[in-house]
Amino acid sequence: MLEARDLELWRGDRRLFKGISLAVHESELLHITGPNGCGKTSLLRVLCGLTLPETGTVTWKGRQVARSRTDYHSEMCYVGHRESLKADLSAFENLGFDLGLRREAGPEVVRSVLEEVGLARAADVPSRSLSAGQKRRVSIARCLASKARLWVLDEPYTNLDVAGREFVDEMMTRHLQNKGLVLLVAHQSHGVAGQTVRQMEMA
Amino acid sequence: MMDIPGLGTAFVLQVKRDLQLAFRHVGQLANPLMFFIMVTTLFPLALNPMPRLLEAIAPGVLWVAALLASLLAAEGLFRQDVDDGTMEQLALSPQPLALMLLAKTIAHWLITGLPLVIMSPVVGYALFLPRDAVPTTMIALALATPILNLVGGSMAALTVGLRRGGGLLSLLILPIVMPVLIFGARATDMAMTGVDPAGALYLLAALLLLAVSLTPFAMAAAMRISLD
Amino acid sequence: MWTWIHKLGSPPHFYRIATRLTPWFGWAALLLIVAGIYGGLYVAPTDYQQLDGFRIIYVHVPSASLSLFIYVNMALAAAVGLVWRIKLAHAIAAACAPIGASFTFLALATGSIWAKPMWGTWWVWDARLTSELVLLFLYFGYMALRAAIDDENRADRASALLAIIGVINVPIIKYSVDWWNTLHQPATLSKLGKPSMDPDMLIWLLMMLAGFMCFFAAVVLTRARAEVLLRARDQRWVRQALEGR
Repeated sequence: MLEARDLELWRGDRRLFKGISLAVHESELLHITGPNGCGKTSLLRVLCGLTLPETGTVTWKGRQVARSRTDYHSEMCYVGHRESLKADLSAFENLGFDLGLRREAGPEVVRSVLEEVGLARAADVPSRSLSAGQKRRVSIARCLASKARLWVLDEPYTNLDVAGREFVDEMMTRHLQNKGLVLLVAHQSHGVAGQTVRQMEMA
Repeated sequence: MMDIPGLGTAFVLQVKRDLQLAFRHVGQLANPLMFFIMVTTLFPLALNPMPRLLEAIAPGVLWVAALLASLLAAEGLFRQDVDDGTMEQLALSPQPLALMLLAKTIAHWLITGLPLVIMSPVVGYALFLPRDAVPTTMIALALATPILNLVGGSMAALTVGLRRGGGLLSLLILPIVMPVLIFGARATDMAMTGVDPAGALYLLAALLLLAVSLTPFAMAAAMRISLD
Repeated sequence: MWTWIHKLGSPPHFYRIATRLTPWFGWAALLLIVAGIYGGLYVAPTDYQQLDGFRIIYVHVPSASLSLFIYVNMALAAAVGLVWRIKLAHAIAAACAPIGASFTFLALATGSIWAKPMWGTWWVWDARLTSELVLLFLYFGYMALRAAIDDENRADRASALLAIIGVINVPIIKYSVDWWNTLHQPATLSKLGKPSMDPDMLIWLLMMLAGFMCFFAAVVLTRARAEVLLRARDQRWVRQALEGR
């Protein structure tokens, strides 16, 4: 479904990576690892369509991402280093807005998704008072609620306790069972088992 | 492919959310307006409170102050969204970024530009602006402030990723918006001297149309470069 | 046609062609400018109104035309670079900016020198001089934005966008300043470089213009060559090109 061919990216004088090709298929998780500063995050941003690669192409369902941005972005959800929450708005309001851009869904959908990720009680406090783990849950809830096929997760375990990590693992496992795709960048190992898990090491 | 909400829905949603966010900090809401009023009070203090002198410089003072106020506001137009990552999500949403940024700029105008238009008669009164010139000035400001915000938005989108963007932003915006200042101040001036200001107002309206149709795409392109 | 453009777009090829062309433009510029200056200062008849003071137009008018011409060129190169992602075009746009700013400055300086004997002051808010000043600000903005972005790729694209926005605005600025000026100074003294000129005067002006164009071509090619070398500093053809000399 998602395919990248021969990607190359420069940052200033430095070549971050060259000749990277990868493919992720239905119900598959690709775990990208590598030392700090090897360009994992940049690679993810290229795959998302945020960063323009020097050379190479990214295709989704056989179509170039750069040419069919709307289709691609309606089926993709990205969780970056920042939680992308407005500190003044509650999780419910934040999620309601994000969802409003992506699909027709009423407030009850937002409520039920927040309940699903265990935030029923924290849904209406301003996000500034949420803990790191709770914020991450909102990000995951965004992926769940938008019904994206492809999840792109950049270091989703950072700042999480054991329960939080297990939660992320569980959500990814469920997503894979629902024929979803996961692109995961994490420097530690994840807890998703199965044959559909692959690992890619970046130098 | 999934069903994506329509452009209008997304647009309204964005405007509403930005207004909602702005009203959570009512204190900051008035900053550009306060700046506008304070700059105009500087002139009588620095020059001479003589009515005839103030009347002569009123159009210039009013318009330069409005321009500076919009410049001040442009700095913060996208900065927070980029810092907290919501801009990333906006760029990755299935909605066209140009439309969403236009919505943000319009919300921004409602918060910072519109109060300026509404307050201009008061400021004009303090500067002894003849009463006949007030309606024209308000119309001209209502046409001009959105242009200032739109141009400011494009330049803010270009410089938002830079750590040392402050002075740069004014350097980029000022030459581009100079025609707005010329036409606007002239409209006020014409109304003061009893000449029909329609020409200047039409020119401002034409610039507004041009800005509305072109700057959203410039803003989106600039934002994608800044997020890269 | 397309393969030709593509070939020209490749840095080594461009470098070779530019190296060969530069001296031609350089010599042509020297000859034309020397001839033009001689003709303009000694041969051309004296203006009946401005006497010898008008002779500064032989520098002023070409600089003013070039300042605008270079800005348009810069924006075109930038647009090509942005749309087709050709780095060479970005390199050319970057090379254009300081040259254009210098010509703009020259036009302003000569304009104010001309203003002193004509109007008795160094600076007059004349429409042409004012739009020239705004053009200088546009150049400064472009260069400042370029300098503020560390990443070359991003600097290229951001400044390209700025150049395009600027070039759309140039006619608007020009028009607004003219409009503003006619309202304030209905009877300005004769403007610099009247459209109707004695052919004896015009020929030298055109020669100077051609000379300035060639000068620009020579300088921009040299600067673009340096820019291309800098950008491709770790590639093999650069070493070969430099060792071959």
